[in-house]
Amino acid sequence: MSMYTEYSTKLPKKIIDEVKESVPENISDSKLKKVLDECVREFENSQVEAGEAVGLVSAESIGEPGTQMTLNTFHFAGVAEMNVTMGLPRIIEILDGRKSLTTPMMEIYLKKPYNKGDNNIRKLALAIKGNRLRDIVSEISIDIADNSLKIVLSKDKMREIELTEATVLKTLQKSVKNYNVKMEGVEISLKAKSKETTLNDLYKMKEKVKTVHMSGVKGVTQVLPVKRDDEYIIITAGSNLKDILEMEEVDATRTTTNDIFEIEGVLGIEAARKAIIDEVFKVIESQGLNVDVRHIMLVADTMCTSGVVRGITRYGIVSQKSSVLARASFETPIKHIIQASLIGEVDNLNSVVENVMINQPVPIGTGLPKLRIKRQK
Amino acid sequence: MVEVDITKHILVPKHTKLSDKEKKEVLESYNVTLDDLPRIRISDPAIKHLHPKVGDMIKVLRKSPTAGESVFYRGVIDV
Repeated sequence: MSMYTEYSTKLPKKIIDEVKESVPENISDSKLKKVLDECVREFENSQVEAGEAVGLVSAESIGEPGTQMTLNTFHFAGVAEMNVTMGLPRIIEILDGRKSLTTPMMEIYLKKPYNKGDNNIRKLALAIKGNRLRDIVSEISIDIADNSLKIVLSKDKMREIELTEATVLKTLQKSVKNYNVKMEGVEISLKAKSKETTLNDLYKMKEKVKTVHMSGVKGVTQVLPVKRDDEYIIITAGSNLKDILEMEEVDATRTTTNDIFEIEGVLGIEAARKAIIDEVFKVIESQGLNVDVRHIMLVADTMCTSGVVRGITRYGIVSQKSSVLARASFETPIKHIIQASLIGEVDNLNSVVENVMINQPVPIGTGLPKLRIKRQK
Repeated sequence: MVEVDITKHILVPKHTKLSDKEKKEVLESYNVTLDDLPRIRISDPAIKHLHPKVGDMIKVLRKSPTAGESVFYRGVIDV
């Protein structure tokens, strides 16, 4: 065994494991050393050369199959309308580091007794679904005569999610300011406190009051229990990782979301890196394309080196480049050049793009080594 | 409401804080300074339990689909 640990700094774990599996158990140390030495030689041969333009290779390797991706969103076959952004738009969304996604989604795994798929899961799914006032009302009308809104609640919908009129009234009283909220018979009335409330204000209030959060998890708009392998999971539209993980029934080790920024906030930068790789790879795989993970890993690493997720845009990682010319060569050149001239920025011409611009050898491959001479006195 | 231990989440790799001696060894072996390393925020939820200080070095043991396991280092920064 000591032989393997000796090589653990020279070879990756996966190769050592493969060797362990392939050689006979009673192999002599000298023979094993020969095998491992050969592995090291082969491994070092297949490593990327210093100075190789790996970023360029990655860009082309992801870009070329990207031209063949579908441009549409695809729909979950059969089940209640739930669609997911896939294909090129999704890849662009991830790599640009967009904060708001077109279709945020979560996969909620449940702990042991809850993932069996009996009636409990239905109940749980309904408890997770975030309900706003608009989901439980049957009518909202405006009473111009006394500057008030009249809300009629739907009894059926409220019974379904186990909500009482009293709690609705309480949440409304808490979240609505400048209005007196009270029960009037079967309806809830919101009466403006100030006399100068215009009709326009009332209309605005009507739209605002519809979005008041009532029960469940904020942000989750749809829930769908699905069977995956031999357990039931809940897929949701809308995402709120922090609140979901804190629920008792939820398996907090496997539950994920497709919102990279939420993962960064709740699970940290390394988890975000993993999520970027997984999400991009999932899209590429679902399109039947073949891109080596290493390219995606490089992109994800680049996005996560600064400690926060930065998209590959002019506001993201490109704005972090030290060279003025490199920034100017990406997008909005005039803005960068004017800004640099105003503050007297210096460009040391250390990288690739700026050297291409001034027609000098680029520091890549054979352009990387420099000759240094000690001058004789 | 349950207290969530996020270090057990499948997306979170193992983070460890290096001692000053280990830190020096790593920096010397790569011939870099701490500023050259990729960064991690001091408020990052995955290193909260390590109680890091600015200037510490975090070792991340990633599970890699290509290498099985790979080691990555990050320097702790403010914000």
